[in-house]
Amino acid sequence: MSETDTTERTRSALALYATRLSEARWVVAVAVAAILFVAAFSDVSWAHIVIPVLGVVGAAALVPRTSRMRRRREAKAQALLGPLERLSAMRLAAAVPDPLILFDQTGRIAHANQPAQTAFGSVAPGVDVQLRFRSPEMQELVRALLSGNDRPAGVDYAERVPVERHYRVSASSVGAGSGLYVLVFKDQSELRRVDRMRADFIANASHELRTPLASISGFIETLRGPARDDPKARDRFLEIMNNQTGRMARLIDDLLSLSRLEMKSFVNPDERVDICLLVGGVIDSLNQLARDAGVEIVRDIPAEPIEVPGSRDELIQVFENLLENACKYGASGGKVEISVERSGPGPEAGVDVTVRDFGPGIPDEHIPRITERFYRVDVEESRTQKGTGLGLAIVKHILSRHNARLTIRSRIGEGAAFTVHLPG
Amino acid sequence: MHIVSAYDEDLKFLAGRVAAMGGMAERMIENSISALVHNDAPMAQKVIAADEQLDAAQREIDERALAVIARRQPLADDLREIIGSIRISTDLERVGDLGKNIAKRAISVAMSRQPVKLFRGLQSLSELASAQLKDVLDVYASREVGRLGSVRDRDYEIDAVYTSLFRELLTYMMEDPRNITSCTHLLFCAKNIERMGDHATNIAETIYYVVTAEQLPAERPKQDRSHDVTVEVDD
Repeated sequence: MSETDTTERTRSALALYATRLSEARWVVAVAVAAILFVAAFSDVSWAHIVIPVLGVVGAAALVPRTSRMRRRREAKAQALLGPLERLSAMRLAAAVPDPLILFDQTGRIAHANQPAQTAFGSVAPGVDVQLRFRSPEMQELVRALLSGNDRPAGVDYAERVPVERHYRVSASSVGAGSGLYVLVFKDQSELRRVDRMRADFIANASHELRTPLASISGFIETLRGPARDDPKARDRFLEIMNNQTGRMARLIDDLLSLSRLEMKSFVNPDERVDICLLVGGVIDSLNQLARDAGVEIVRDIPAEPIEVPGSRDELIQVFENLLENACKYGASGGKVEISVERSGPGPEAGVDVTVRDFGPGIPDEHIPRITERFYRVDVEESRTQKGTGLGLAIVKHILSRHNARLTIRSRIGEGAAFTVHLPG
Repeated sequence: MHIVSAYDEDLKFLAGRVAAMGGMAERMIENSISALVHNDAPMAQKVIAADEQLDAAQREIDERALAVIARRQPLADDLREIIGSIRISTDLERVGDLGKNIAKRAISVAMSRQPVKLFRGLQSLSELASAQLKDVLDVYASREVGRLGSVRDRDYEIDAVYTSLFRELLTYMMEDPRNITSCTHLLFCAKNIERMGDHATNIAETIYYVVTAEQLPAERPKQDRSHDVTVEVDD
């Protein structure tokens, strides 16, 4: 231990002397030449030549180039500079809450701050910005910057995967001579989404609300006309109308909750949630519904907590929707199993939650698409079960925000299993 | 790094042009689907015009790549890089052609207005395909080939959605013969999108080869079962 320490120290000292010597090589050479010149014209012994030469070389190697006083003076000047001049670019970048990317004259990323890495993933130093940000506008922007157009400019940039985000990108060069350029991404997703939400809401709502509305107005007409004096028919029609308005209300609730989810800006969930406790709570809250449907909920949940990063409210909604679906559409099986288990190790580490019903099952051709909005395997069945066609779309949306995965397996006549894999 | 810095310039130019083509192709997919769904003829014209730029870029890459091979006699990873840029640009150019074809059909479909629900499946299919292309091109930038694993999974998903969409469109055609014209167009659009996904998978294989000099492990489940989809006619 101490031996390696000593050799280490000797080596670094030798390196230091070598640098000092090489820095002073011209002065040393001139000094040695002068000594030899003087020696050539006077009659002195070899020792009288060698000693001064060694002295010069030794002094060049041993005496530090900057004196302690000068170093102290420089440190004092540094301290007087004030906080602004001492600020490093990295620290400044880290303090900016928006994604910020610095790149050099060759177009390679020099530094990307933490928000940029969260937002764009693979932006390690050395990656070419033009390869990572490929939209024609961004290409143009970076090309203009690199070709010496110093005017700060801005373009819009959209990233659609995994969650849609819109940015206003401003670009400029960082000071003259540094050879660095900066891209700052201002998140405008919420503004965009408000617009989109309004358009989508109107499109979806008008389409989906039309059917119940048409049926209500049909019944009103009947009640005014032929069924005016028929109390039995009146009661029946009012009941149907009541169901239809209920459906419209649920539809609006679901559309709003989906839109709200899309509205929320993209943040990595940092809260940690105990999945076992959460799933247990969901089961308790749906017990009544299960009893009404004649379904027994069988739980297989470990006693010790399993924690994953996630948003509590959103995950509750995921498992509520899945369990509710299982109870409604798998009621004929009389039983719903829900299990929580750790998965992994390795890249698959996390937790798997499986909701399994023993109902009629889902035909193969529908499985890839049942998470689409308003996609229904059986329109009539969905209507009678008071479905809105949005439950699984909400589940999918929440899971993609959590980087989680939904796997659906089903066999006709044997039921369906929905497995949520949450990364740990 | 090479002794001749112009050689580095050449390689950088090729990678840059490939990425720019990728950006254009991604934009074309997005715009063509939006033209189709929102019945937007000017947007469709824009997509059709953009295809020419993509073709020009591909020719440029081809010529430059050939010139580099002739002049510098590249070996090993440089050679793979250059061949890779030729292959990727060919795939991207095909993606552009498919986008252009969708845009053309958008103009025909616009003639007879279709219910929204016909487009929903197509939209989610195109989201999958563009996610696939984006992921793959991001790996081209970062060279983290470990991320290519999910490409196969998504390809499987795209094929499954396509098969389901195929069945759905057949059902609409049988419900009402007046739907046949537009449903056939939409069927081809779906096929085009599915092909885009395949091109993205090809690009993933090329990138894997360029970076590692090995082939991406070859198991590739074929899930496009539309060839044996039939719909029963019940009287």
